Amino acid sequence: MIPLSWYMALAAILFSIGVYGFLTRRNIIIMFLSAELMLNGVNLNLVAMSYYLESMRGQVFTFFIITVAAAEAAIGLGIAICLYRNRQTVYVDEVNQLKG
Amino acid sequence: MLMLLFFCYCAVVITGTGLLAVTLKNPVHSVLMVLILFFHVAMLYLSLGAEFLAAVQIIVYAGAILVLYLFVLFLVSLRDEVKMPRFVSSAWLGRLIAGGMVACLLYILPVFTTGAKGDWPAQRVQAITPTRALATEMYSASVLPFEIAGLILLVAVIGGLLLARREKDVHGDVK
Repeated sequence: MIPLSWYMALAAILFSIGVYGFLTRRNIIIMFLSAELMLNGVNLNLVAMSYYLESMRGQVFTFFIITVAAAEAAIGLGIAICLYRNRQTVYVDEVNQLKG
Repeated sequence: MLMLLFFCYCAVVITGTGLLAVTLKNPVHSVLMVLILFFHVAMLYLSLGAEFLAAVQIIVYAGAILVLYLFVLFLVSLRDEVKMPRFVSSAWLGRLIAGGMVACLLYILPVFTTGAKGDWPAQRVQAITPTRALATEMYSASVLPFEIAGLILLVAVIGGLLLARREKDVHGDVK
């Protein structure tokens, strides 16, 4: 039997990889992809807890998180297309019009 | 023993493909790495008795969301992408924050204690199959969140249509 803390450690590592990608990449699409990695880390944590604590609540949460992730991807990528159409760039450090 | 090997394999692949996904130069390769990662997360779900979520993970995440990412990547220009710098100029700060975060999380992990057990022990779940147990919980205890999830999807559809629409000027020409 694998201890619960192993799953939680893996989830923490996956979440931190997502944070790393979100904070370092210039391409806004890869930044959204990193956000998906973070959501997957949380999902893994919830499913593992649901299994070890003998409750279905964690799996229900995961289902809703996947729904919200799909909505977030659709709107985020729509914004990316808008950005590319208006500014001809997908790099976040080139979008600095509001910078004083 | 077999479960241990399986978990270690999945953990190594998930960590490796995750790191590759955020560091590779070509964004299409990044998306393909995330595809492998999603499949291995689905395998872990299967080993945790969440067969419905494993199917949803493959159908929705790997099937729908990643295809959407690929489409958008092909819509924006990829030609000069591989020649441009990948990281922002303050990338070291991001590395520092992410490294500190994983260190803190792993450091405080042993302190974590589990709470009271829920009302779905393994025998009860096995008696009516895991998918039915999930549905029972979802349609009884979380009906309102389920409806709100439907509303969120409607908002996403309208928002996606509005954002990706081409605007016409007064003469009716598409910009």
